[in-house]
Amino acid sequence: MIALSAAQLSFNTPGADAPRQTIFLSDNPGRPMPLRQREGFLVRDGEVPEGFGWYLLHGEATAVAARLANQRVVLLPPELDYLGDGDVVRLNPERTALRVLYRRSSPHNHFLLTERCNNYCLMCSQPPRNVNDGWIIDEVIEALPLIDRDTVELGITGGEPTLLGERFFDLVRSAKSFLPDTALHVLTNGRLFVNPVQAETLGKINHPDLMLGIPVYSDLAHVHDYVVQADGAYDETIRGILNLKRERQKVEIRVVLHKQTYARLPQLAEFIARNLLFADHVALMGLELMGFARANLEELWIDPVDYREELTAAVNILSRARMNVSLYNLQHCLLDRSLWPFARRSISDWKQEYMPECDGCELRTQCAGFFASAKYRYSDRITPLDGSGWPVRNQKAGG
Amino acid sequence: MSRFQQLAEFERPLAAGYELLPFHFTALDDDNYVATNVAGEFVVLTRPDLEAFSSQSLPHTSALYDELKSKHFLIDSDSDVAIDLLALKLRTKLAPLANFTGLHMFVATLRCEHSCPYCQVSRANDDRTEFDMSEATALKALDLVFRSPNPAIKVEFQGGEPLLNFPLVRFVVEEAKRRNEAERRNLAFVIATNLAVIDDEILDFCRTHAILISTSLDGPADLHNKNRPRPGHDSHARAVAGIHACRSALGRDQVAALMTTTAGSLGRVREIIDEYVSLDFDGIFLRPLSPYGFAMKTKFYRGYDQARWLDFYFEGLDYIIDLNLSGFWFIEHYAALILRKMLTPFQPGYVDLISPAGIGIGAIAYNYDGDVYASDESRMLAEMGDKTFCLGNVHTHSFEDIFLGDALLGPLEASFAGSAPMCSWCAFEPYCGADPVFHHATQADFVGKKPLSAYCNRNMAIFRGLIQRMRSNPDVRAVFERWANLG
Repeated sequence: MIALSAAQLSFNTPGADAPRQTIFLSDNPGRPMPLRQREGFLVRDGEVPEGFGWYLLHGEATAVAARLANQRVVLLPPELDYLGDGDVVRLNPERTALRVLYRRSSPHNHFLLTERCNNYCLMCSQPPRNVNDGWIIDEVIEALPLIDRDTVELGITGGEPTLLGERFFDLVRSAKSFLPDTALHVLTNGRLFVNPVQAETLGKINHPDLMLGIPVYSDLAHVHDYVVQADGAYDETIRGILNLKRERQKVEIRVVLHKQTYARLPQLAEFIARNLLFADHVALMGLELMGFARANLEELWIDPVDYREELTAAVNILSRARMNVSLYNLQHCLLDRSLWPFARRSISDWKQEYMPECDGCELRTQCAGFFASAKYRYSDRITPLDGSGWPVRNQKAGG
Repeated sequence: MSRFQQLAEFERPLAAGYELLPFHFTALDDDNYVATNVAGEFVVLTRPDLEAFSSQSLPHTSALYDELKSKHFLIDSDSDVAIDLLALKLRTKLAPLANFTGLHMFVATLRCEHSCPYCQVSRANDDRTEFDMSEATALKALDLVFRSPNPAIKVEFQGGEPLLNFPLVRFVVEEAKRRNEAERRNLAFVIATNLAVIDDEILDFCRTHAILISTSLDGPADLHNKNRPRPGHDSHARAVAGIHACRSALGRDQVAALMTTTAGSLGRVREIIDEYVSLDFDGIFLRPLSPYGFAMKTKFYRGYDQARWLDFYFEGLDYIIDLNLSGFWFIEHYAALILRKMLTPFQPGYVDLISPAGIGIGAIAYNYDGDVYASDESRMLAEMGDKTFCLGNVHTHSFEDIFLGDALLGPLEASFAGSAPMCSWCAFEPYCGADPVFHHATQADFVGKKPLSAYCNRNMAIFRGLIQRMRSNPDVRAVFERWANLG
């Protein structure tokens, strides 16, 4: 797990108060002079080119700091050592805080647009808060032009991003304008697209590579509504999906696997194959034990081994219907071997870990591993596997 | 925990009862019924359950309630999105109708060097060129072909043996491709041939124009040669050599084979399937004889009854299922067509098993003399003296005369299964079709009395047989799902 923000940093801002600012970081002393004033320079080896708006130093580089007495300086804590050329950060001098918005070296960059949500899912890893946080999207839109145009994918999450209305569409337009080659993956419950005008607005933007990841938790409306704790949500979500597909938008169906959803997984798979066959991707996802998932642990937790049969049947139904299926957040040793080709290494690098039971497993580099939060509860049947996928023989027990 | 409501809260609206969505039901066996909705989804249930469901007294706590709700047989006050989804599924099935005629058959010649007693076309001796299609007729037929709005056009050469008039085949292909430079259709060609007279020049031509070959293969050599006599008694050897030659020249998947069941085939279905397996085909289409042409004259059609054919079919189907269950991938194509309707949102455009009927609007046949027929079977009927389904002639009739005339629209409308007696309330209607040509030929009526209809009886038996098989074994269901999704 790596840190994406730090507070109580040491800021040096001589002269007038420095504003809050989103800046591009560089370690290239040859950056064109006209750009430097709005960028931050990562001081690595004592070289300090002139003209940058900010200088970011690792804590121990005090000798250098002395030479920068008249410059804006931030001293970085060790956990932000990873910052590199091309990264984008938000500086808040007033609160001596820094947030990492974008890491060029990571395939897992995402922006949380709002903490507000119109669902209240039992297992939400990012519990919604009814706050006025409209400033977040302004910052994100400001950051987009600074992001490397070779970025493969950006994620957009919430809360429910579409609650931002027109500002959400502004973000998609901006992404299309500044990052036309970057796939945009938006996590939404799709409910607001029940209004065909909303779907049409998105369709007209014509983003070249936009995917909407929309959860469908059951083939039965009342069960889905229970999981998302919102009466009527299911009908809105399904109609939203239909409206989006009518506008030729790419839709991914996301199913979180837990005690309230596993039993009807085969029926859900049949429902999807019959009614939503045009979905571009189906992702079946192990539970992340964050937020409400931890609060509702007893209602939600089931060992993945105990839903193996239902999961295998569901994946096979979808795959036979020639749908594009992925398994996220599930460990190889808990899955039927026939499902390994569907299992992705899905957990963002900054929160992916392995357990002590994984010691000696030769499939770690293929396995999804665990969310850092899995320490609260994980399967007691984690087993190290050898290179061909069979359990590593326990030397002591094997005698 | 008080922040979260319990499942029971969300189940509360269910207690207010439910409304039925359109469905039909038919007995499956002594104990069970099949219910289907308009999109072809099905549920198997007992009679008491069916009665409870249809009298709106099925408790919402029952597993059957969940199944019926999930498959869109009912809506309750909790959710009505089922109606949108049903409409979408129905639209998906019917959407291809708007494309209009896709398959255009050219009878290049009636001549043939085979003399098969079951032939469904009255053949002509192979030295009489008055049974050849002329270039003038072909040009007029091509005018009609390109009047069809279908973005995908398939031109199939039929006979007789169309390769006996290869110059006409060549002429039509080249002319169609020339016109298609402006038309920009997805244009494909098929030659239905017994392969006995194929040569390198023809193969070269087929390769150049990516022409598919469809041939006849009735089974092992002795059976095939008995069914398909020709001078030299070498039909089987020539077909097999032709299949190999076509595969090397055109590609493995460019050759398809069709079999016809005769009295001699009964009891030999495994051998017939084995023949297809050993010749590296991916599947077989187990077909009964049709009541047209020579097959009627020679009494071949009466060579076996429906029950014996069904035994033959199911023995073959079960053998093929066993092949799949043991890990060998092989398809029975007729079952696959039906399963696509049962298990997917799609409806295959197979002209003999679709409603409205496929005649004219799915496929059309241009006879050697320029007469236009509503289907291949229609012109076979005409060779027997019944020109009911002759829609006009390319030289004297316009596109509108032919495709919008009463000769086509009459039988299409009369036979539409959704409104035909006994079809309109049959649970299997979503899987079945309308075949006005068959019923006219056998009962002198476009609709026909279904209890007397071999078409109805045969298909009903197959629908039941397929549902029973996938119900009794989940592994068979898995095989069927794969077949269904081949399309």
